[in-house]
Amino acid sequence: MTKKIKKEAKVISQKLLAEGIYDLWLETEIAENTHPGQFVGVYTVNKAALLPRPISVCEVNEDRTAIRLVYRVVGTGTAEFSLYQPGDYMMILGPLGNGFPLDKAAGKRVILMGGGIGVPPLLETAKKLNGAADVKAVMGYRNSEVFLSDDFKKYVDLYIASDDGSVGTKGNVIDAIKENKIDCDVIFACGPMPMLKGIKAYAKENGIKAYLSLEEKMACGVGACLGCICKTKETDNHSHVKNARICTDGPVFDADDLDM
Amino acid sequence: MNTKVKIAGVEFKNPVMTASGTFGSGMEYADFVDLNKLGAVVTKGVANVPWEGNPTPRVAEVYGGMLNAIGLQNPGIDVFVKRDLEFLKSYDTKVIVNVCGKTVEDYLEVVEKLSDEARVDMLEINVSCPNVKEGAIAFGQNKDALFDITSRIKKVSKKPIIMKLSPNVTSIAEMAKAAEAAGADAISLINTITGMKIDIYKRKFALANKTGGLSGPAIKPVAVRMVYEASRAVNIPIIGMGGIANAEDAIEFIMAGATAVAVGAMNFHDPYLTEKTVDGIEKYMRDCHVDDINSIRGIVE
Repeated sequence: MTKKIKKEAKVISQKLLAEGIYDLWLETEIAENTHPGQFVGVYTVNKAALLPRPISVCEVNEDRTAIRLVYRVVGTGTAEFSLYQPGDYMMILGPLGNGFPLDKAAGKRVILMGGGIGVPPLLETAKKLNGAADVKAVMGYRNSEVFLSDDFKKYVDLYIASDDGSVGTKGNVIDAIKENKIDCDVIFACGPMPMLKGIKAYAKENGIKAYLSLEEKMACGVGACLGCICKTKETDNHSHVKNARICTDGPVFDADDLDM
Repeated sequence: MNTKVKIAGVEFKNPVMTASGTFGSGMEYADFVDLNKLGAVVTKGVANVPWEGNPTPRVAEVYGGMLNAIGLQNPGIDVFVKRDLEFLKSYDTKVIVNVCGKTVEDYLEVVEKLSDEARVDMLEINVSCPNVKEGAIAFGQNKDALFDITSRIKKVSKKPIIMKLSPNVTSIAEMAKAAEAAGADAISLINTITGMKIDIYKRKFALANKTGGLSGPAIKPVAVRMVYEASRAVNIPIIGMGGIANAEDAIEFIMAGATAVAVGAMNFHDPYLTEKTVDGIEKYMRDCHVDDINSIRGIVE
């Protein structure tokens, strides 16, 4: 496994992508070993907020010297991050977790499904699968405030769903694949829990393998504190109970292994 | 310069330990820290059988600290001995195993199993976790119950015993005295302070368990005060902890009366912190002309 480090990263650029969604490029040696679906812990300078914020890696540049984080401002930590300017430094910890199992997708028909702030990690996944599999992307948003759609179109066919119907299919990502009659063998997904539950059920009904990226409140990010567990069907071989650590054993899990 | 400290006949190369539950068994932090540099690794609480722990969310950040209600999830003593103790065999540091249970018999079973493990230097008895319904803190909030469990563990243990005390009591001095009177070789404090956080937008508790243990820099002044009070009440050594974020904090605990200190929640903020604390204590000793770390213990006036 790749060695994790905590180190300062230099802000290359930051811009607003959509309402409350920021697009940040950081120069960091962590980029060298970061794979699609992995995440980093980002620290605030505010000493009253001590835990790293887990944020998925949206993209790694071609030279593997920088990572792109696309995140939503949800609290004091992310509000602070949104103020950073080029040349500023941020402390980050990574690479964390295991990414999407790209080998399971090789040569297959794959759908990447993202919902809301679960969309970003699928971009690097799309890039890496481009040419290695028959890949389509289905992304769900709340409204017309879509983001990263042009980036996805560089690598894959993109379908969009929106809660209010202002863009693409009205409804969720499952509604969009039904409307567009998209078949597949494998799903890689990241998004809110109700969406992931829906995808798990859909995959099961249709004999599709699904790999889901989960989220939970985290503390250490490195597998020590056991804060961010998810329930598993079988006894996990680290915990020896039916709990797996999202930060370390995940965040991506085989849907068949999850009790959700 | 001497940084060595001794507790119940066990010599530690320096006073810096890890607080149970914040460091696993060291495996996850070996990427960041040279475990050989630490005074001791104090492992996460282990019971006689595997425990599932509490539902999520189990952690919540609060101002200057965090709440946790992990619920002592652990793989059980057999896996712990085979995997975690085995892992620690390749390191030159002392090992203190934190023991938890629901009944006195649970504790005794684990203590007996660990008594013959050569890799174990001391046992820390968790009678202060606020996040499990049975056992743990029930033994740590009443001085008679604390006396009883301590003396029963002392009867079966071949390893020196540290009783880990809860701050959620009226008089820490009384609890420290009860542990000492029952034969405890040392005490450690403080465990977390019971707290609560409410998400006002969802109108829900931030933790599934409703309450959780508060740790981090927010609790340090409470911890320093309690270490001071306990150290004035008993003669057995004290391992001080609660919000240590740097070497200065560690020195503060030592001056309050602690023989050793443990770094806890702040490992999550800085995975390198234990090693930095070791280096920082040495720097302090050089800068302030302290030849022996033992010479500043309890020196506050």
